[in-house]
Amino acid sequence: MTTITGSRKGRSSASLSGWANRHRKWVFAAPAMVFVALLIAFPLGWTLYLSLTDASGSIRAPHDFIGMANYLDVLTDVDRFWPAVGRTAIFTVGAMVIEMVLGMAIALLLWRPFRGQGLVRVIILLPLVATPVAVGMMWRLIFEPTIGFANQLLSWVGIPAQPWLAGEATALPTLIFVDIWQWTPMVVLILLAGLTSLSDEPDEAARVDGANAWQRFWHVTFPLVMPTFITAILLRGIDALKTFDILYATKGKGGGSFHEVETLNVYAYGLSFDYNKYGESSAVLVIFFLMIIGCIWLLTIRKKKAGDR
Amino acid sequence: MAKTDTSLLVTTSPVQRRRPRGRGYKTFRVIMLVLVAVTFLAPILWMLLASFKTNVDIYNPGAAFVFSPTTKNYDTVFGQADYIQFIWNSFFVAAVATVLSLLLAVPAAYSMSRFVMKKSAVLVLLARVIPGVSLLVPWYFVFANMRIVGTYTPLVLSHMFVSLPLILYIMMSFFDSMPEDLEEQAQVDGLTPIGAFLRITLPLSVPGIATSSILSFIFSWNNFMFALVLSGASTKTLPVAIFDFVGYASIDWGGLMAAAVVVTIPIMVIALFTQKYIVSGLTAGATKG
Repeated sequence: MTTITGSRKGRSSASLSGWANRHRKWVFAAPAMVFVALLIAFPLGWTLYLSLTDASGSIRAPHDFIGMANYLDVLTDVDRFWPAVGRTAIFTVGAMVIEMVLGMAIALLLWRPFRGQGLVRVIILLPLVATPVAVGMMWRLIFEPTIGFANQLLSWVGIPAQPWLAGEATALPTLIFVDIWQWTPMVVLILLAGLTSLSDEPDEAARVDGANAWQRFWHVTFPLVMPTFITAILLRGIDALKTFDILYATKGKGGGSFHEVETLNVYAYGLSFDYNKYGESSAVLVIFFLMIIGCIWLLTIRKKKAGDR
Repeated sequence: MAKTDTSLLVTTSPVQRRRPRGRGYKTFRVIMLVLVAVTFLAPILWMLLASFKTNVDIYNPGAAFVFSPTTKNYDTVFGQADYIQFIWNSFFVAAVATVLSLLLAVPAAYSMSRFVMKKSAVLVLLARVIPGVSLLVPWYFVFANMRIVGTYTPLVLSHMFVSLPLILYIMMSFFDSMPEDLEEQAQVDGLTPIGAFLRITLPLSVPGIATSSILSFIFSWNNFMFALVLSGASTKTLPVAIFDFVGYASIDWGGLMAAAVVVTIPIMVIALFTQKYIVSGLTAGATKG
């Protein structure tokens, strides 16, 4: 019906609007696609090109093609690059795993209706919309070693004060905690949407068969929400990998004086905008990007398998 | 969206009625829920409290909860003449980026949803995956060479990069769940396909557009990295302006917390009034598997 009417209109008035109607698929999509291509494809291409040059210093300074030298430099850099890879992995995996477990638990708590459900849901929404930089500053005060509330709380229960963000070893775990605080609600919302779209029948059947709550969750509910679960892993994983705001807000340039929270993102940012080493920074970014694509590829395969079941 | 809510009511309440859980589980659940609520709410309240304290009270553990509130910190924030300007910058950039992204993304989402252009959609959604820095370097090169770093243009363009894929994604899942019958009927009645889109589909899309606009505004308002590099002294957005309270030697904690409240509270108030839209936007497409 659509096409018949569309083409008749188009032929009868060989005008611009007729043409636009016949090709509306592309007329509608093209502006957004051109914009995104300009803003993404071109920069990605340029990053790839810059990574093969010695671009540094002033952005108008001439630069030469130096082949794979940046990549060699980066991949043999055991002082900054590889530790940054390690921290990125620890931060991403640590935050993601705990967020998924906590998120699942909270989603199950909120699943069945109860009085005050709306209020709890609203409270859970607040960290999600809070400005990450402000959240970073807020936790910076709470985790301040001498005046922070965290250590005050510890002193009430008789535990000695911790350096939290100020400590070389404690800073990264503390920031994982902050990420968990801010983004677990995201996992909760997604899993809750997945849970509420489930039919009750499999759960009922298992109940009739005498399965206990844990068995019903592990063998019935969890496999059913698996695709949603993996969607949540993907979303959280990607965002955790790219975390910048709270790291920069709490620890500043270089991820702290000992680079204790310097992830790949913070490292690449610093190379570009603090040290103006655009070539080397681009090489880091290309490697980083390939890592992300690799992880997504692995997870998507897993999701397809889960969906097939 | 609404679908989810209905299924919640329809499918779960009979089960609840038939088999009430034990008292033990109920108590456990209440305790856990209170714990969850406190964990997510308390830090925000703490920030709010600190913003009404003098720095002396912030440094005094005895004044943790009992102190004489002062608006001095807010005077500091708003006393800095530029802060009104920064609030305006944040608002202006987020609003313009959202409107421009809507203009580009809504028709594109419609087209990609109706004509099943999943491959083009994947290309655009790549935007979600790329680390912002890898775009920032080339953008900076281009904008610096055009000598427009520090103006609104690069800010709006970079924030559109956040908004456009977000709106596209939400609107695609919105159009996917919208029946085509009405558009076809309108075409039978003599409207052109584009006319049908403009006069039938678009008015029916208002909830989806509201959802994506609100989220786009929030994400743009909260964005930090792009403005950190691309804004100038007078075009700074709020998340960047917060750093004015972090000095090299010391931090004005009271001022910093007041600034953090000024950035966060407006967005939280918006979120409270529009929570249904936000939830449906954040979970758009997530359950399709």
